[in-house]
Amino acid sequence: MTTDTNPIAMAAITSVGAAGMPRHHLAIFAALFVFLTAAPFLLYPIFVMKVLCFALFACAFNLLLGFGGLLSFGHAAYFGMASYVSAHAAKVWGLTPELAIIAGTLVAAVLGLAIGSLAIRRHGIYFAMVTLAFAQMIYFFSLQAAFTGGEDGIQAVPRGHLFGLIDLRSSEVLYFFVLAIFFAGILLIYRIIHSPFGQVLKAIRENEPRAISLGYRVNRYKLAVFVLSATLAGVAGATKAIVFQLASLTDVYWTMSGEVVLMTLLGGMGTVFGPIVGAAVIVTMQNYLARFGDWVTIGQGIIFVVAVLSFREGIVGVLAKWIRKPL
Amino acid sequence: MFELLGIPPQVLFGQLLLGLINGSFYAVLSLGLAVIFGLLNIINFTHGAQYMLGAFGAWMLLNYLGVGYWWAVFIVPPIVGVTGIVLERVLIRRLYHLDHLYGLLLTFGLALIIVGFFRQFFGVSGLPYRPPPLLNGGYNLGFMYLPNSRAWVIVASLIVCLATWFIIEKTRLGAYLRAATENPTMVGAFGINVPLLVTLTYGFGVALAGFAGVLAAPIYAVNPNMGADLIIVVFAVVVIGGMGSILGSILTGFGLGLIEGLTRVFYPEGSAVVIFVIMALVLLVKPAGLFGRSV
Repeated sequence: MTTDTNPIAMAAITSVGAAGMPRHHLAIFAALFVFLTAAPFLLYPIFVMKVLCFALFACAFNLLLGFGGLLSFGHAAYFGMASYVSAHAAKVWGLTPELAIIAGTLVAAVLGLAIGSLAIRRHGIYFAMVTLAFAQMIYFFSLQAAFTGGEDGIQAVPRGHLFGLIDLRSSEVLYFFVLAIFFAGILLIYRIIHSPFGQVLKAIRENEPRAISLGYRVNRYKLAVFVLSATLAGVAGATKAIVFQLASLTDVYWTMSGEVVLMTLLGGMGTVFGPIVGAAVIVTMQNYLARFGDWVTIGQGIIFVVAVLSFREGIVGVLAKWIRKPL
Repeated sequence: MFELLGIPPQVLFGQLLLGLINGSFYAVLSLGLAVIFGLLNIINFTHGAQYMLGAFGAWMLLNYLGVGYWWAVFIVPPIVGVTGIVLERVLIRRLYHLDHLYGLLLTFGLALIIVGFFRQFFGVSGLPYRPPPLLNGGYNLGFMYLPNSRAWVIVASLIVCLATWFIIEKTRLGAYLRAATENPTMVGAFGINVPLLVTLTYGFGVALAGFAGVLAAPIYAVNPNMGADLIIVVFAVVVIGGMGSILGSILTGFGLGLIEGLTRVFYPEGSAVVIFVIMALVLLVKPAGLFGRSV
């Protein structure tokens, strides 16, 4: 993404050092924590968990697009494959939920390493097409492989007992497990963005030849952020399989890859909190407009067009501009 | 009858023919993408939806107006092209000063809107298109049976591909186009209306997609989703071939179709993914694509 037109350039320039979290970020995290702790008593817990899973997915995607400058159009592959493996591990192997999620995450990481090392050989638009094509390959694999259950997916996945002790069948209990995963994921992403590694990523995003000339092995950084992003997307997908007790082809199809792009774009790519807001908006829209059928798709398309044409900063990006602080 | 590696020739040639037909669609669609990319520097994600529009255009002409297939072949592609021109003038044009990835995102959104509308109003079950009488029947070639409808698809796509190649490589208009691809500012300074050229190029690329859609109407069911999965395979074809050369796109398209057909004979489970596997190999060996300039 070029510097002059990039909504995220501002965040890059004013970003803080690795030493500490600026006060307004701390306040937002605290507010988010308070709100999300109270949320299951105010809202339908399953719905909030869905938002949390997709928010983590979008944040993982944003790590790659917003900070690495790499547009992957195939993130459904990691999300969906992790979801299949986690569901299979919990149902067929009888693993406890945390081990099932770890299994799904590991598979997403390996998949990210394999696809990433091929995809980073191309740049820009080709990179997007390559990732999309590989994700479609994973989709066809999921359609045919025996363990994924084809069109039916893996249904009735047991939620099981956390660490073999805590029964997760109650949605309220499960909620706090998911919340813990969500916060761990978000804080890890926050740490990555503000680490020296994250600064190098931004340098590569803004001017790759310059970063090379400064002696950075650019491809290693790109591959590292790709694998990190795929892994965290895997955490989100694996968790979603436990929450909904279902892994299906929807999770691995290209529409899912498009949705996560939309969430990030709408919320504000290259911002810390944007993808969370974008995911909340899109999931809410899907939930409450589901009975209108294909109008949801049309609505998503319209949001895409409007966001690209005249709202490239995204919701949080615009807010950040108003308060003149990176969010 | 002779047999090849234990495969009856009817099966082998039948699958090769199917592969060649898929290859025709890959070639025409990737050609359209390459022409658009050359001048506009955007990947037209709407291409699949515009292919679907071509098929629906033929279906509507037949069912609403009683206009037959042979007229549709000539009427529908320009109409689809005009819808593309409107999109380019109203929306896509606004993004030329931005990163190319925004063009991809915009056209992705447009594809969602178009496909969503058609799904809403026509359902997803698919509508049959009655082929014209001339396309019924076929020839027995001795080693296989060649249905007319399939022969027509291959011949028509070859003609269109070669005509496109001729226009771009051998005419004055094509020379302007190639020059504008290299350096639009300079070509504009020579008094050529580059924005108009850009619009017409997009319209032409989209018309190619519409043409492929008309060809598809009698052999596949007309379905709002028909373009979505196809276009992703075409993206892989484009990555394999590289978008640098017109003949390269055509050759890659037909070649990969044939390989897909062969895979269906010898290892059917792999036929859906073989193109992606080839893409992985090409990325390993020659990242710029078989005919591509390094990007």
